[in-house]
Amino acid sequence: MFERRSISAISLAVLLAVLAAGCGHHNPPPPPPPSPAVRPVEPAPAPVKPPAPVIAQFTAEPTSILIGQSSTLRWQVTGDVIGASIDQTIGTVQNTGNRRVFPSRSTTYTLTATGPGGSVTATATVRVAEAPPPPPPPPAPVAGAVTFEQSVANNVKDVFFDYDQSEIRADGQSVLTQDAAALKALLADFPNAVIMVEGHCDERGSAEYNLGLGDRRAGAARDFLVQLGVPAGRIRTISYGKERPQCTESDEECWQKNRRVHFSPGQ
Amino acid sequence: MRKLVWLAIVAGGGLFVLASQEPDFTGIIRSSERLRMAIPDFRGAGEAQNYVAAFNQTLWADVEGSGLFNMASKSFYPPRIPQQPADFEAPPPPTRRPRRGQPPPPVTGNGLWMADWSGPPVEATYLTFGYAAVQNGVFVARGFVFDMRRGTPADAQMIAKNYVGSVDQAGAGKAAHEFACDIITQMGGTCIAGSHIYYTHQAVRGGAKEIWAMDADGSNQRQFTRFNSQPPGSNFSAVSPDGSKIAFTSYAKVQPAIFVFSVDPIRDLRFYNQRASVNAFPSFTPDGKQIVYSSSAPDDNCCRIFIADLNGTGFRPISAPGNIDVEPKVNPRTGNQIAFVSGRSGHAQVYTMNIDGGNVERVSDGGGEAVNPAWHPNGKTLAFAWTRGYATGKFNIFVMDVVTRKYIQLTHDEGRNENPVWAPDGVHLAFMSTRGGAEQVYTMLADGTQTQKLTSQGYNLNPAWGK
Repeated sequence: MFERRSISAISLAVLLAVLAAGCGHHNPPPPPPPSPAVRPVEPAPAPVKPPAPVIAQFTAEPTSILIGQSSTLRWQVTGDVIGASIDQTIGTVQNTGNRRVFPSRSTTYTLTATGPGGSVTATATVRVAEAPPPPPPPPAPVAGAVTFEQSVANNVKDVFFDYDQSEIRADGQSVLTQDAAALKALLADFPNAVIMVEGHCDERGSAEYNLGLGDRRAGAARDFLVQLGVPAGRIRTISYGKERPQCTESDEECWQKNRRVHFSPGQ
Repeated sequence: MRKLVWLAIVAGGGLFVLASQEPDFTGIIRSSERLRMAIPDFRGAGEAQNYVAAFNQTLWADVEGSGLFNMASKSFYPPRIPQQPADFEAPPPPTRRPRRGQPPPPVTGNGLWMADWSGPPVEATYLTFGYAAVQNGVFVARGFVFDMRRGTPADAQMIAKNYVGSVDQAGAGKAAHEFACDIITQMGGTCIAGSHIYYTHQAVRGGAKEIWAMDADGSNQRQFTRFNSQPPGSNFSAVSPDGSKIAFTSYAKVQPAIFVFSVDPIRDLRFYNQRASVNAFPSFTPDGKQIVYSSSAPDDNCCRIFIADLNGTGFRPISAPGNIDVEPKVNPRTGNQIAFVSGRSGHAQVYTMNIDGGNVERVSDGGGEAVNPAWHPNGKTLAFAWTRGYATGKFNIFVMDVVTRKYIQLTHDEGRNENPVWAPDGVHLAFMSTRGGAEQVYTMLADGTQTQKLTSQGYNLNPAWGK
């Protein structure tokens, strides 16, 4: 782009130079016009027009910059010059000179040279690249990295209870001790996450009593975790009583699976 | 083999129950005191013939279902049926003694003498009779009730009234309901035909529950709440004494919380819930101005019994902390006593306490698990579900006199039987049973007879019976 403009500016200069030469004093005057049929009023003799100035150079270097960088304009005006100026708040300049500019967006500078023979202009453009794009998001999780939900499911194990009991059994204490360590790490990794401690019961007691018993189981697990340093403010409890069994057979194996505290991402 | 063991357990439990109490509490219904009612079928004239069968069926079911009468079997009825009082004939006066060697003349009017109904084999104390016709585009049943103990048709008449309805099955049924209501009321009973049962409906196993409503006979089943929330949904409804409000427990806002809705229009009255992991099991005080419920406030340890204003404010705890106290029910007669379920002595048992929390007494005897207490309108009798004598989780419905602690058993090991609630008439109970497989709502008389299945679609439980 710049290359073409540069070429056109040069050709313009050459053309101007040829024209200026054609208007020179050294050429013979043209032949008089033929006489009119009716002689008109004798016109005043046409004034001799002086040549316009010539812009020999007007460039920007470099022509493409980033925001905050500069470009240098160079110009040279020859011929019969009264004054030269560049727009974009640069104003009057010497016939020959250079100037660093710091455009914040792509800008075309116009050099105007004025002489007794008229005005000529030339342009030079400085392209400013767009603002750099925002940084990309963090890379997609590679195999091994997981969500809070998945981490809870993988690392925080259920705790099981005896019938109509909310006391943590010995096996539950060892599970909860591991759960506490996992939860402390998880809650540190996911600073906005909350863990929901769900209390569940088997199908045999009444729905009402089991809602209370499930709350006790969740509360017992919560208290155990808090004692081991899991932040209390990040734990919520909920009792589902016997409303959400994970096993629906009516035998002790299934009932034991349902008498549990389960952990899920909080809401 | 397993079945045999079961039988032994059941039989042993049954014997234990029988042996452990005096046999002097016979429950609410004393069938020996019932009087005998005869209801011969009404005949229909003209277009009424098409609907009189529905009328007869409904009338019989309502009158029998009231529990007030022993129904005289139709097979004993004499050949001729009076349709109006004028059909009765006085028996001819005895003229002469039968001649020796000849049988006495039959002392019968074939159905048109009073004695044909009051004497054997019918032996009815009351006779309900009449007929149906279509008059001016309306189904009209002309209904009469006679007290056959009074000698003459003129003296015997207790009810003589027209009952009307549209000329279709529904209109005939409506007329029959109204006639039955008049009969029941005349005999000192309470008519439940216009009462409503709220209950919990679950369309599919594991789905979210919603509160539904139906008429006392199971008709007109309709959805009441539409939370469309995640499971478990809503459950445990209670009706206000005037029938204008429903309170229940819902997981609609994640943790279980109490809602109070008006019935007409159906609107959330916005009960204030304390910040707690559990707010549940609301029921109304007899004046309808307060709610008792269970809450795990203030430390998320379920649950103490609380009392609060209807909008949830002004709450204060009643029972002591440290126990699982659920299902508070205020004595409807006195208003100063609460029955509730607590695990304070081990497994769940039914207790009573004063409305200020004092004088806590266990009313079930400590055996098994006793849950779902429901006060009879008399304020002296509790119905509840109990596993006493059965395996853990095998609940049956019991009725107990709270003062004497004497009880009777109404259901007998046909599936699980829970959630008993009294009808406004104090004669019927609604309850949940799994006897047919899925949980469904049934009604029965308070002596365990006349069981009716009211629901059949999906899973239905926790009835609440209101006006």
